[in-house]
Amino acid sequence: MTAVRLSRPVDILRRFNVFFILIGLCLLLALLSERFLSLSNLLNIALHTAVVAITGVGMTFTMLTAGIDLSVGSIVALSSALSAGLIVKQNMPITLAMLLALLTGAGLGAVSGLLIVKGGLPPFVATLAMMAIARGLTLVYTRGWTIPIMLKEFTFWGSGTVGPVPVPVIVMAVIFVLAYVVLSRTRFGLYVYAVGGGEETARLAGINTKRITGAVYVISGFTAALAGIITAARLWSAQPNVAAGLELDAITASVLGGTSLFGGVGGVGGTLVGAFIMSALNNGLNLLEISSYYQKVIKGVVFILAVTLDLYTKKRR
Amino acid sequence: MPHDAPVLVMEHISKSFPGVQALDDVTFEVRQGEIHALVGENGAGKSTLMKILTGAVPKDSGTIILRGQPTEIDSPARALALGISMIHQELALIPYLNVGQNIYLGREPRGALPGFINWPALYAEARQQLGRLNIDVDPAMLVADLTIAQRQMVEIAKALSLNADILVMDEPTSALSERETEILFELMRSLKAHGVTIIFISHRLEEVFTIADRVTVLRDGQLVGVAPVGEVDMGQVVRMMVGRELREMYPKEEVARREQVLRVEGLSRGRDLRNVSLELYSGEILGLAGLVGAGRTLLARALFGIDAVDEGEIWLDGQPVRIDSPQKAIALGIGFVPEERAAQGLFLNMAVRQNITISALDKVSRLGFVDFRRAAGLAQEYVQRLDIRTPSLRQRVRNLSGGNQQKVVIAKWLSLNPKVLILDEPTRGIDVGAKAEIHALMGQLARQGVGIIMISSELPEILGISDRILVMHEGEVVAEFTRAEASQDEIMWYAAGGERNNDRRQA
Repeated sequence: MTAVRLSRPVDILRRFNVFFILIGLCLLLALLSERFLSLSNLLNIALHTAVVAITGVGMTFTMLTAGIDLSVGSIVALSSALSAGLIVKQNMPITLAMLLALLTGAGLGAVSGLLIVKGGLPPFVATLAMMAIARGLTLVYTRGWTIPIMLKEFTFWGSGTVGPVPVPVIVMAVIFVLAYVVLSRTRFGLYVYAVGGGEETARLAGINTKRITGAVYVISGFTAALAGIITAARLWSAQPNVAAGLELDAITASVLGGTSLFGGVGGVGGTLVGAFIMSALNNGLNLLEISSYYQKVIKGVVFILAVTLDLYTKKRR
Repeated sequence: MPHDAPVLVMEHISKSFPGVQALDDVTFEVRQGEIHALVGENGAGKSTLMKILTGAVPKDSGTIILRGQPTEIDSPARALALGISMIHQELALIPYLNVGQNIYLGREPRGALPGFINWPALYAEARQQLGRLNIDVDPAMLVADLTIAQRQMVEIAKALSLNADILVMDEPTSALSERETEILFELMRSLKAHGVTIIFISHRLEEVFTIADRVTVLRDGQLVGVAPVGEVDMGQVVRMMVGRELREMYPKEEVARREQVLRVEGLSRGRDLRNVSLELYSGEILGLAGLVGAGRTLLARALFGIDAVDEGEIWLDGQPVRIDSPQKAIALGIGFVPEERAAQGLFLNMAVRQNITISALDKVSRLGFVDFRRAAGLAQEYVQRLDIRTPSLRQRVRNLSGGNQQKVVIAKWLSLNPKVLILDEPTRGIDVGAKAEIHALMGQLARQGVGIIMISSELPEILGISDRILVMHEGEVVAEFTRAEASQDEIMWYAAGGERNNDRRQA
């Protein structure tokens, strides 16, 4: 009896929905383009999924507490600039540079968390500010320039493979297993749901709701920073404007996966499927040679559909 | 088994909120292992007293003696630690966690690794706890999927697992079916047999007489009496609850009934409104009496197009109409002065002028532009007509007194010349002088031919100014009186569901 037992009818319906959408989308794209189902293309999709999915894990934590983290795209950019820059410009050892980038992401998440918990700011306000701050810090640090980085030991984390499997896919798998275990087996995981489902009740049950709320933003900052390192390592460079708008992808992936925008319901399993939908869609649109300008429009529409589905299933209860 | 030792004494408790003396020197005593009913009209102070007991509201003065010790209860957490638990209807459980997780929230059995939960142990304990209480609910079920009755049972299981031995149950049966109520009573009796003390708040006197050992009656924030239920009858309790004389004058002149303006037939909405039918004549004030939750406000909301209904028909001036939105209602000439006047009837930070004319801007606009001179003229007219005391039309409504605020809300509707005006608790929280003015105003409107529906929980008000009175109970209209026929005792009797058991005692 674990969180799998948590599966409530509406959740199963939602998960079923999301798988159905993924399978339907894949079938459609396979029909439209014969290249879609090739192994290399599927691995390519998985690779693209990694950044959105890893960021989506942190996002799911914040959304489960009825919060949101709009700063993830900017933190991805800052972390990729820091990791690449510290190695290239400051000649720092690779591991240390990566560690510092991760700590910075977690630290900025902690600042958002404190603003929310101690300052009483609504999560979207605190993280919207953090979105501007982190992007600004990125531009300050890079002076607006791209930082190229070719070191194999670093690019391995974005471009390397273990057998046929790209490294980011392995990192994504590890993060998901960890997050799944935390959410379904630990007190902390249960309290994340409790805070989102009924903060007052949770507080009266003796749970330190502020600590839980603060912690999810640290997690979100950390996963975004991890996605940032992967991004730099995959692009062989840190670009100051990278991952702009990534927060929408991460939120859409979570909502598609059944995590409610209103907190207390959902989980990372769905987020993974949601992230796959997002990148399959991206990939398919590219294969179909649809302009990336239109792709933005389509993303917005998908987000609306996902949220509407969420509201609809909620109302049916 | 009940013994005579009081487990809890609340002595000389007083509490006032701005403008209201909610509790005035009330002493309340509960014995170990008894089921003690706490009854009184709306606003009698029951909830405030229980909020003080459970640490949700601080008292102004008085002492709480728990198990012989003077005790300070300054927070809900403290109350829980002292073994006092309040059973809410649903708020206190987290809907998207399951039953076991809810019962042991914050106290999960530890797993093998630090931070991990021993889920099998948690569910086993939950199953045991539920089994001990004969509650037939699977601990893995999601709370959101439970009925309200089951949620209450789970709440009780949670409270007992926290070693609570004083349970406060606030209107626990209000949303339960008869069968569910029976099961709940069964559980209450078995808890009592195990020495748990239960404070039972209910509006339904028949239930009080079924389950309680003793009953305490509050009225207007004061203790009226305490008695073992065996020594009083329902009529006596009703009289204790109502008890007061008509103190204030409520002017309403007889108006000859004119034509029918509104007819409602068979209005139903789930369990909230059941087959409600009524007629309203121009120049008439129709009083809607009943207890909180009887469906009066929901009826008003349905008539004003706020909530959709399942079925039912409405005629206005003899024409069948469908009212599916407030815009439609306004267009048809229906006005609604809501109970929450600050939240729903006024823009507190806007000026008197804007508040009065906001719904009538069409009348004072040309090509979509507001003619501010005409708007000001219209507002000025109503300020004079209703004698709204404000230093200027530009005054923010926030700064007016309650009575003048209410007049602004009424003025807003009058500017639309309504045929039907629905007022929900029009004088709640308004001082006596302003009250009489509002009543006079309602009388004046009736004289001009407006049909008025007034919801009020104050019986003297209902009796004083209504031409006709409908009593609602659990979504149904259960009685109708003319002003001449009606008495407080009788209205209270029907409002409390008295007609249900036909052995009507002396009222």
